[in-house]
Amino acid sequence: MDMTALLLSRIQFAFTITFHIIFPSFTIGLAAWLTVLEALRLATDRPVYRVIFDFWLKVFGVAFGLGVVSGIVMAFQFGTNWSELSKMSGPIQGPLLMYETFTAFMLEATFFGVLIFGRKRVPPWLYLFSTAMVALGTTFSAFWIMVNNSWMQVPSGYVVENGVFVPNDWTKIIFNSVVWSRFPHMLLASYLTGAFCVAATGAWYVLRQEYHAESGIMLRMGLGLAAVLMPIQLFFGHLNGGYVNTYQPSKMAAIEGRWNDEKPAGEVLFAWPDVENRRNLFAITLPPPFGSLIDSDSLAAGETGLNSIPPKNWPPVVIPFFSFRIMVGCGMLMLGLAWLGTYLSFKQRLERNRLLLWATFLSFPLPFVAILTGWFTAEVGRQPWAVFEILRTADAVTPFLTTREATISLVIFCAIYAFIFAFGTFYIYRLIRTGPAGKLFESPRLAVPSRPMSLGDAGLIHEPGHAGAGE
Amino acid sequence: MVMFWVLLLAVSILLYALLDGADLGVGMLFGLARGEATRRVLLRAVAPIWDGNETWLLVTGVILWGAFPPVYSTLLSAFYLPLFLMLAGLILRGVAFEFRDNTQRMRWIWDLSFAGGSVVATFMQGVTVGALVEGLRVTNGQYSGGDFGWFTPFAALCGVGLCLGYALLGACWLAKKCEAEVRDAAHRQIPVLAVSVLVFLAVVFVYALAEHLPILHRWIDRPYLFIFPAIGAIAAIVLARSILSHNDDWPFYMVTLIFVSAFGTLALSFWPYLIPFVITIDEAAAPQSSLMFMFWGGVVVFPLMLVYTLVSYSVFRGKIRTTTVHY
Repeated sequence: MDMTALLLSRIQFAFTITFHIIFPSFTIGLAAWLTVLEALRLATDRPVYRVIFDFWLKVFGVAFGLGVVSGIVMAFQFGTNWSELSKMSGPIQGPLLMYETFTAFMLEATFFGVLIFGRKRVPPWLYLFSTAMVALGTTFSAFWIMVNNSWMQVPSGYVVENGVFVPNDWTKIIFNSVVWSRFPHMLLASYLTGAFCVAATGAWYVLRQEYHAESGIMLRMGLGLAAVLMPIQLFFGHLNGGYVNTYQPSKMAAIEGRWNDEKPAGEVLFAWPDVENRRNLFAITLPPPFGSLIDSDSLAAGETGLNSIPPKNWPPVVIPFFSFRIMVGCGMLMLGLAWLGTYLSFKQRLERNRLLLWATFLSFPLPFVAILTGWFTAEVGRQPWAVFEILRTADAVTPFLTTREATISLVIFCAIYAFIFAFGTFYIYRLIRTGPAGKLFESPRLAVPSRPMSLGDAGLIHEPGHAGAGE
Repeated sequence: MVMFWVLLLAVSILLYALLDGADLGVGMLFGLARGEATRRVLLRAVAPIWDGNETWLLVTGVILWGAFPPVYSTLLSAFYLPLFLMLAGLILRGVAFEFRDNTQRMRWIWDLSFAGGSVVATFMQGVTVGALVEGLRVTNGQYSGGDFGWFTPFAALCGVGLCLGYALLGACWLAKKCEAEVRDAAHRQIPVLAVSVLVFLAVVFVYALAEHLPILHRWIDRPYLFIFPAIGAIAAIVLARSILSHNDDWPFYMVTLIFVSAFGTLALSFWPYLIPFVITIDEAAAPQSSLMFMFWGGVVVFPLMLVYTLVSYSVFRGKIRTTTVHY
C-alpha cells in the first residue's frame, strides 16, 4: 500500500466534495425560495414578486450549472480512488446513488427547462408546479446523498457475505433515526443558506439605496425565514449530537475535547487540544453535569473519553474539535442576526439601522462556512473509518493506486476547479451587483434548458446598460 | 433479473455513445470551423441537448455500481488516468458552452477548451474501449497493468478511431440540423470520415478475431451472430448512396445504425463477460436484495428518462434557421 497515494486520495476527495457541496447547498435553498415567490405572486398578483423571481432565477441557473459540472466527478471517484470501498459497499451505496441519478436528475432537467422557457407556454399553475418540481428534485438528490452518507456513518440493515456488504433490510437503511435527523439538518442548512444570501443581497441594495421594493422584501423574507428556521436547525443539530454520542463515541470525544471518562461530565467550551500529551491547553470548561446534559440530556450520564478508546481508532482530534465550534459559532451569529433583524423589522427600524444592514450584507459567507465545517466535523470525525467501525479508510483505497497517478489527478482538479470557480463566482457577483433591473426576464435567443449558465449572460449581454448600475 | 440490468446497461451505454457522440463530434469539428457565424451555428446545433446526453454517462456509471459493483470498482480504478482526463475534458467543454459568450477578448480560450475538451474526452473513451478489447492485466483479482498499462498502440488506434467515429456522427448531425455553408461543409466531411471509420472498424474486427481465438470460435460456432456486421454492411451501402444523393437526413440514421451494429458486435464478442475474460456477468451481479431494490427504478423511472430524452429532442427538432443567428 502506497501511503502517499492514500493521503492524496483523501485530499482529492475532500477538495472535490468541498467544492461541489457549495453549489447544491445554495441551489436547494434557492429552488425552495423560488417556489415560495411564485406561489406568492399567484396569490397576491403583485408584480414585484415576479421581478424578484426572475432575478434569482438567473443566479440559480449559474449556481445550478456549476453544481452539475462538479457533481459528475463525484459519481466516478468512488470507483477510481476507493475501489475496495466501492466493491464491498456497492450493493448498498450503488443502488442508493442510482436512485439519486434516476429520480433527481429526471425531475430537475425536465422541469428546469419549463422554468426557463415555459413561462409563456404553460398555464400559471403548471409553471408553479414546475418550480416546485425542481425544488423537489434537488431535495431528492439531497435525500439519497444523506441516506448514503448516513450508512457510512452508522451502517445498518446489512450482513457481510464473502467480504461484501449485502443489504438485508432496506427499511433499516433508509428509515432510521440517523438519516431522519441528518437529512432535515442538511435541508434546513440549505434553506438557511438561501435565506442569508437573499437577505444579504437585500441589505446591499438598501445600503446602496436601490431597488427599494425588492430589497425590502428580500431583506425581510430572508431574515424572517432564518429567524423561524434557526431554532429548528439548532434542535436538529442537537439530535445529530445524540446520534453521534450513541453510535460514534470516538467522534463525540474528539468534538468535546474529552480525554477521560467522566460521570457526570463537564463541557469544554474552548481549548487547544494537545493530542500528544492527551490534555487541553488554555481550556475554558463548564463544570459537570453540563457535558452530560448537552450530550446525553441527562444530569448523571457517563461520557466516554478518548483515553478509553485505542489511539489507532481516534480521528484527528483537532479538526472536528475546531470545525464543530466554528459551525456552532456561525449558527449563533446567524440566530442573533435573524432575530435582531426581524425584531427591528417589526419595529420598522431595520432599514435605518446601517450597522445591522452592514452585518447582514457581510453575513452571506456564514451559512457556507457552517455547512463546510459541519461536514468536516462529520467526515473527519468518522476517521479512521470509511464505513464506521467496519472498514478502515486505509483499507478502502484502491490498493494499486500509485503516488504518480494520484498526484496527476489532484493537480488536474485543483487547476480546473480554481479556473471555473473563479469565473462562476465572478458571473454570480456581476449578476447580483447588476440587480433585478426591474425588467421582466426574457429567454435569450441562444439560452436553452440544458445550458443553465447561459442564463447568467442574458441580462448582461442584452442589457449592457445595467451592468455596474450600483457604482 | 440480472439480464434486465444487463439490458438497461447496454441501452444506457449505446444511448450515451450515440447522443453524446454526436455532440462531442460537433465539438471536434468546431475546432476546424472558421469564423464566428459558423461557430455559433455549430454550437446551436448541440446546445439544447448536450447536457441531457451527458447524463447517460452518469446513468451508465450508477447502474454499473449498483448492479455490477466489482466491474465498477475494477474498471474505474484500472482506467484511473484515462477516466480523469476524460472528466477534465468533459468539464472544460461543458463550461465553454456557458462562458464563451461572456467575453470577446478571451473567447479563444473557451473555443480551445471546447474543441480540445471534446477531443480529449473522445480519445480517452476510445482508448478505454481499446484497452478493454485487448484485455486488462489482472493478477489475483486485482488490476496489475500499472499507471499506463492501458496505453498501447492498439488502444491509441481505437482512440483515434472513436474520434473519427464521433466526428462522423457529428458531421451527419450537422447535415441534418443545419443549412447553407455549414451543411455543405458537413457533406464534404462525411465521405472522408465515413471511409476512414469503415476501414478502421474492419481492421479492429479482424485484429480482435486474430488475437482472441475464443471469440473467433464463438463466431464460427454461431454464424447467425454475423447478423450484426451484416446490418452494419448494409447500412454502409445505404450511407454511400445517401452521400452520393446529398441527402440531409439519411447519413445520420445510417451512421447510427453502423454504431448500433458495431456495439452489438462488440457486446456479443465479450459475452458472457462484462470485463473480457476477467469477470462474467453472473460473477459481477450484485446480490439479489440489491437488484430487487433497484427493480422499481429500472421499471418505472428508467422509461421516464427515455421519455424525457424523446421530448427534449422533439422540442428542438428541425433545421436551425441560420438567418436568426445573431445577438
